[in-house]
Amino acid sequence: MKALALIVRRVGNGALLLFAVLILNFLLLHLAPGDIADTIAGDMGGADAEVMEEIRARFGLDKPFHHQLGLYLARLAQGDLGYSYFFQTPVTELIFERLAATLLLVISAQVLAIVIGTVLGVVAARRPNGATSHAVTLLALFGYSAPVFWTGIMLIILFCSIFPIFPVGGMIDVRVEGSWFVRGLDVLHHLMLPMVTLASIFLALYSRLARASMLDVLGSDYVRTARAKGLSEFVVVYKHALRNALGPVVTLAGLQFSGIMSGAVLVETVFSWPGLGSLALQSILARDTPTILGILFFSSLVVVVANLLTDLVYSLVDPRIELGERN
Amino acid sequence: MQSFRTFARPLAVAVLAASALTATADTPKQGGTLIWAIQNTPRHLNPAVQSGISTGQPGTQLFAAPLRYDDQWNPHPYLAREWHTSDDGLTVTLKLVEGATFHDGMPITSKDVAFSIKTVQENHPFKTMYAPVERVETPDDHTAVIRLSQPHPALLLAMSSQLLPIIPEHVYGDGQDPKSHPRNSQDVVGSGPFKLVEFKRDEHIILERYEDFFIEGRPYVDKIVMRILKDGSARTIALENGEVHLSAFEQNARDLNRLKKKDHLLVTPDGYAAIGPIAWLAFNTQREPTSDKRVRQAIAHAIDREFLLNAIYLGTSQEARTGIHPGSPFYEADVEPYDLDLDKANEILDGAGYPRGADGMRFGLTLDYGWSGIKAPAEYVKPALKKIGIDVTVRAAPDFPTWAKRVSNHEFDMSWDVVFNWGDPVIGVHRTYLSTNVKKGVIWSNTQGYANPEVDAILGEAGQEMDPEKRKALYSRFQKIVAEDLPVYWTYTLPYHTVANRKIGNPPKSIWGTCAPLDEVYLN
Repeated sequence: MKALALIVRRVGNGALLLFAVLILNFLLLHLAPGDIADTIAGDMGGADAEVMEEIRARFGLDKPFHHQLGLYLARLAQGDLGYSYFFQTPVTELIFERLAATLLLVISAQVLAIVIGTVLGVVAARRPNGATSHAVTLLALFGYSAPVFWTGIMLIILFCSIFPIFPVGGMIDVRVEGSWFVRGLDVLHHLMLPMVTLASIFLALYSRLARASMLDVLGSDYVRTARAKGLSEFVVVYKHALRNALGPVVTLAGLQFSGIMSGAVLVETVFSWPGLGSLALQSILARDTPTILGILFFSSLVVVVANLLTDLVYSLVDPRIELGERN
Repeated sequence: MQSFRTFARPLAVAVLAASALTATADTPKQGGTLIWAIQNTPRHLNPAVQSGISTGQPGTQLFAAPLRYDDQWNPHPYLAREWHTSDDGLTVTLKLVEGATFHDGMPITSKDVAFSIKTVQENHPFKTMYAPVERVETPDDHTAVIRLSQPHPALLLAMSSQLLPIIPEHVYGDGQDPKSHPRNSQDVVGSGPFKLVEFKRDEHIILERYEDFFIEGRPYVDKIVMRILKDGSARTIALENGEVHLSAFEQNARDLNRLKKKDHLLVTPDGYAAIGPIAWLAFNTQREPTSDKRVRQAIAHAIDREFLLNAIYLGTSQEARTGIHPGSPFYEADVEPYDLDLDKANEILDGAGYPRGADGMRFGLTLDYGWSGIKAPAEYVKPALKKIGIDVTVRAAPDFPTWAKRVSNHEFDMSWDVVFNWGDPVIGVHRTYLSTNVKKGVIWSNTQGYANPEVDAILGEAGQEMDPEKRKALYSRFQKIVAEDLPVYWTYTLPYHTVANRKIGNPPKSIWGTCAPLDEVYLN
């Protein structure tokens, strides 16, 4: 029941948040100088006054602000995100075309960062002043401080030019034909570099956090008791200590989801990954208002859902945490 | 040319060279998949209602035009097997190839040509291309007679490449707005050498050989995969490691010089004469102090073209002295070049009544630019003009629309800009200098506010002069006058290059480069 109440409350808050996101972005986009007619004219190498006016009239940009906003909200209430000015295609279609690619990238990078980060953190915590621990710290800080597009380009140089084992970009090789398994492997092949690049930023956070958290837990009484019982070191560390140390990692994972969505914009651009990030960048540069709003709407939705899931996962990792309570 | 170069190699690689030579001398091979990197997702694939190179590259593979051009500006038959212009220049008759079909098997007739001209006339942003067309008559299925209100020397060029794709009336004539027609990007029925298999935004455009293409035996390659790779470094590496065979409109000097060192790649600046991209410093001629011709001339004398060409573009770009691209037959190199001369610049400004103040500065000016690709030359202007006492504030716009808004509403002193010629001067050159084209809110109109009745008259005449020599003389005079008035100071051509793997036979080098059908391209 408590879980249900939490979900209901979160959904309500989420809806309000989404509404605010939309209004704010609509306002911001309206305030920026220039519009889609300028972009289209630029894209076409010039246009005359009639063409520009016609473009504005076609998209209703000649109408007053409140009129445009009202129209947009009215359509949204019917589940219609509108038409992309630039691609002349329904925004929902554009987003669904790419949602899967972005989710695949973001979730796999997140999972990779959490798993590897936690393992590294635990290994480092076993001997906090050992060489391994220092190496992990160094690696983590390097991944965290290097700009993600730089990491991406360096990986491309290393694994596409010096050791050409991965493709430079895209999600599939259209020349690959065969069963779903063969094509799945092809996607995995293309996914490797962008996934590692995106994971590299967050790896640092998770490993540092897991290390600190493990150090904390390993010093507690129940771990000493476990050792005193004669349990093997493996069971002590990975079964008893790690489970308690995971709490902060899960919290961070939830919080980082929005960060990882924005990191995806850069990674997708560097690797020509056909996801929402590259669509977002292109739409922002083109002033394609309906598409930008649509993407922001969707990413806010994803973040809201991710945060809700985080809260649910808490209770699985640590049953002491009760859902729906606020302190 | 290519085989000569191969021969010139040292003896040690003679064996390789010999095999490469036989390969190029071979008759074209049938088959294979050409992997072609493009930089952006086009809005759609129908060049009749969308200008620009993003649509032009796939669009010219999908749709055939009446004419095609070689690398010397000569027209050749394409969908029109012959053409004839009447003596008064008011009638142009096209005879179409017989037996040509659209990708759905329907015959291509003169009615489709008339429909295509009408569609372009009504919807294409370059209004000057078909403005003089009064009507198109279709006496029989293979004859189209174009009636003009005035002689129109730009017409032939406007019937080539992406400027006049022949589109099927039975698809696009269904009453829907052609600009937002669903068949512009899905189930495209074209007339060109390749048909559309799949268009996935931000991923790829896949084209397949059209078996019944009207030129027997062409195209040579079975399939073209246009991969959309937005990142320049990624494209460079993909070209290096052979993942991609072809990429055009590459303009990063460092990447180009790196690729030039690779034996398996051909890096050529050929193929951009018609597009004709020229970078320039534009002046607001309606605002003090850039309204003073002498101020503009002094500024030109303080900007070092050599520095731009050698230090910024590392020798990949070409000097441009006028508003017509140096690759055009109308280019006039014998104009005032405004060589670097700081003493002269200072003298002119002193004489024009702009003495240096106590801080050594005469006045301040703003300089706008709209995209990151031209940051370096724009930033260079600041220190260059400081030397002659002009304090420049560089205003980098966060995105294109912001810059376009400022400049098109004439809210600027100076702006760094790149403008394309688009083949004939009537299409892409006149617009910058005609006083009748000062139009607020329209980017790449005469945003400088430049007005000279003599220039207006010359351009009016040149736009209708059918004799090539007389026309050339008119444009020559035009370029000299404008170089004196200097509403914009032309500097260099964009360093566009085509990079092609040497496996490719007949790499695209015509005046339209890759914005032309690649039916002659083959793979070894």
